[in-house]
Amino acid sequence: MSQNPYSPVTNLPSSWSESLTAQLSEDENIFAWVEIDLDIQLQFSSGLVVVTDRRLLASMSHGETWQEWPFQPGLKLTQRDYAGVGNLELFDTNERLTHWRYRLGGDLSVSRLIASFDQQIDFHVTGKFSAPSYEHKQCPTCAAILPIDQEECPVCEKQAQTPPSTWTILRLWRFAKPYKGRLLIGFLLTLCSTAATLVPPYLTMPLMDNVLIPYQNGQPIDKDLVTMYLSGLLGAAIVAWILGWARTYMLALVSERIGADLRTTTYAHLLNLSQEYFGGKRTGDLMARIGAETDRINLFLSLHLLDFATDVIMIAMTAIILISINPWLALVTLVPLPIIAWLIHLVRDRLRIGFEKVDRIWAEVNNVLADTIPGIRVVKAFAQEKREAARFYAANQRNLQINDRVNRVWSLFTPTVTLLTEIGLLVVWVFGIWQIAKDEISVGVLTAFLAYIGRFYIRLDSMSRIVSVTQKAAAGTKRIFDILDHVSSVPESTNPVHLPTVKGKIELRNVGFRYGTRSITRDINLTIQPGEMIGLVGHSGSGKSTLVNLICRFYDVSEGIILIDGQDIRSLPIAEYRKHIGLVLQEPFLFFGTIAENIAYGKPDATHAEIVAAARAAHAHEFILRLPHGYDSLVGERGQALSGGERQRISIARALLIDPRILILDEATSSVDTTTEKDIQKALDNLVRGRTTIAIAHRLSTLREANRLIVLDRGRIVEVGNHAELMAREGFYHRLYQAQARNVDTEDRALEAAAEHSVAGDLK
Amino acid sequence: MNQSPRYRLNRNTFGRLVLTDEAGVAHEAIVPVRSFPISNPSQGIALVDSHGHELGWIEHLTDLPEDYRALIESELASREFMPEINKLLKVSSFITPSTWQVETDRGEATFVLKGEEDIRRLSVTSLLIADSHGIHFLIRDRLTLDRHSRKLLDHFL
Repeated sequence: MSQNPYSPVTNLPSSWSESLTAQLSEDENIFAWVEIDLDIQLQFSSGLVVVTDRRLLASMSHGETWQEWPFQPGLKLTQRDYAGVGNLELFDTNERLTHWRYRLGGDLSVSRLIASFDQQIDFHVTGKFSAPSYEHKQCPTCAAILPIDQEECPVCEKQAQTPPSTWTILRLWRFAKPYKGRLLIGFLLTLCSTAATLVPPYLTMPLMDNVLIPYQNGQPIDKDLVTMYLSGLLGAAIVAWILGWARTYMLALVSERIGADLRTTTYAHLLNLSQEYFGGKRTGDLMARIGAETDRINLFLSLHLLDFATDVIMIAMTAIILISINPWLALVTLVPLPIIAWLIHLVRDRLRIGFEKVDRIWAEVNNVLADTIPGIRVVKAFAQEKREAARFYAANQRNLQINDRVNRVWSLFTPTVTLLTEIGLLVVWVFGIWQIAKDEISVGVLTAFLAYIGRFYIRLDSMSRIVSVTQKAAAGTKRIFDILDHVSSVPESTNPVHLPTVKGKIELRNVGFRYGTRSITRDINLTIQPGEMIGLVGHSGSGKSTLVNLICRFYDVSEGIILIDGQDIRSLPIAEYRKHIGLVLQEPFLFFGTIAENIAYGKPDATHAEIVAAARAAHAHEFILRLPHGYDSLVGERGQALSGGERQRISIARALLIDPRILILDEATSSVDTTTEKDIQKALDNLVRGRTTIAIAHRLSTLREANRLIVLDRGRIVEVGNHAELMAREGFYHRLYQAQARNVDTEDRALEAAAEHSVAGDLK
Repeated sequence: MNQSPRYRLNRNTFGRLVLTDEAGVAHEAIVPVRSFPISNPSQGIALVDSHGHELGWIEHLTDLPEDYRALIESELASREFMPEINKLLKVSSFITPSTWQVETDRGEATFVLKGEEDIRRLSVTSLLIADSHGIHFLIRDRLTLDRHSRKLLDHFL
């Protein structure tokens, strides 16, 4: 036997390497392995399947015996999956020899195992080996093609799932950082103003001891002394007033800016996330997060956090002053502090969970609204107002229930702090009177202490409120950072390649896409030449739109690669790449604004002449002129009502204006009647000229211009050719066409429904 | 009441179910699909061919003769994978994505929860949790879980 050409692998999982090495003969090499995490009865278990240069080896759970299947002609290894569980089966020509089950996390390594198995079988049977299919270097885990100068795979990186830290609120520092200087000034102002507020209680001490008590003992009041003390009181109050104003203004200014930054950054990030994200999240929830949550954080920063910082500084300063006056009395005064701190800590956890729940339930209430109000016509048509009201009532009921539970803990909290305050004061009275009786302190000292700790405990009471607001703000921060931490599943390349001009050659190699557990397309190989028009044909659910979404890079391929002019589209900057693509959708979306703005959406700096030219080419010019304000007419949700065909022609003008090399028409004419369709078709003909075009159309007649038709069925290409060729072949396309020509709409719908049916147990 | 069906079912050596219809045509790789896998699993099972076309409908499994029922049940058992969580051992964090270590009726397992929205409420007490690969884990009654599990779970509800 000649030298086996494939390089063996060495990085076995450590738990298996010993047991496996014992199985191997001396010069036997391992080419691929896969860890199996289920057994045949679908119990969680562990196992290993290995391809070596002479056989397939497998063992389930450690210590059990190894089974082997030496390579021989006719052996076949296949994989299929259903609902997240894969089935790896080994056949010979007569029967199934064995099979293994696994969770789809291992899907890619199973694919590699099979590829390696096929290569080895091929090698053993023919003695030859098929050349590796790509000249590029491939990622070892996901088989994506690596950029030449990059070692790390850009596709795998995004799958690393590290949960963010729990100290969420500190992460707001990222937004506070640009305002460091102003924050520092604000902090110094806080220090000074707090110090100023601590002067008056201090002055009560000499006022009592040097003026009031001597007077009670028969001495006259020293007017100068009184004037000095009282003007001291007034001065301190005025200074505290000015400093307090400056500090609050300064810090509110900063926090408002932090809040604004947070909101805009989150929104900008959200817009960059892939379509997958928007598919999974509900609009109401996202809107609540960006609107209400940022506002809550903002309030927290400008009000509560500021108060809290002031309180902490005040407590620290008060403690220092008290200790300097009389350490023993200070000690007694400060004893309740740790108790309260402990109480706060105790309640903290419960409250945090509670407030997070409240937030979530609040989003749920919003979601009910967001679901129902847009669908109000359906609700009314089916007379389900009562049911929807009941649904809202139920969501509110849960909101109440959870709020009640949180409030049970929360309501206990404040009175407890107040009680502790009273007890603390009592302790100071008792200890103070005892010390006065022993002539250790003067009456003035006790008065000063009581004045101080009166404030002191009031602050503690308000400080305890910080627990709840911090928790609320932390919950909000978490929900904001949930968005910010979400890495787009269509990541920007770390090492982007720039393509200033694009010829428009699109190449799909072994492209596969999986949405959740359903694999939607598989093994798509297709080369589209520059300027060629391709029509995608198939039942709904056959993967036409998926293919277009992949080419637009709204999603990334799960397997394989898409190349434009020979470049992996994942290595291009996303925005730059999409500039080359013009998209006309079935349901054209017009933003609120003028028609001119809508046409110039993809190129905001377009001149009026360009806009008019695009509109003319799109056969939109004339109807626009018929509108009362011409190109300045308002359209969109609150604007002028336009018909479907008119909207469509505006969106065609929009695509024409950016002059893309690649054009995608996703059912561009299917939502309008046939007369309008003819108008649109004329507009489209202008658009298509000279561009690489991929068109999806349900009405096959609209695709007769296409150079080639690609017929898709259940995520795979089944036929390729132009209309005449495909009709002559009398295959899949022929049947589709016949069905439409006969206008047997019913049969078509039935077929569609069947195809949409979850395609169960699809063989790979 | 056993009403014998108008088709024949058997399993071939490749491990696939084969349905032979009235006309004697054999359809290979037949798959039984439950219509209401969550709300009423035992009612309405369709026999579907590899193209997704329905070939037979079983209103209720008990309508079938014993041998057919066994065949379909075994096929269902080999396809259905909805581990039932009995205990939460550990969650890596209360912030998603979070890795959960759980004890299920099919043994211990680890999975990644991508977001709280992947927890679907079936009823007031039962939950269906979809992991990052789309496998569903069931919590039949969260109130019967032990204290520790309930506490962990509570963070996500």
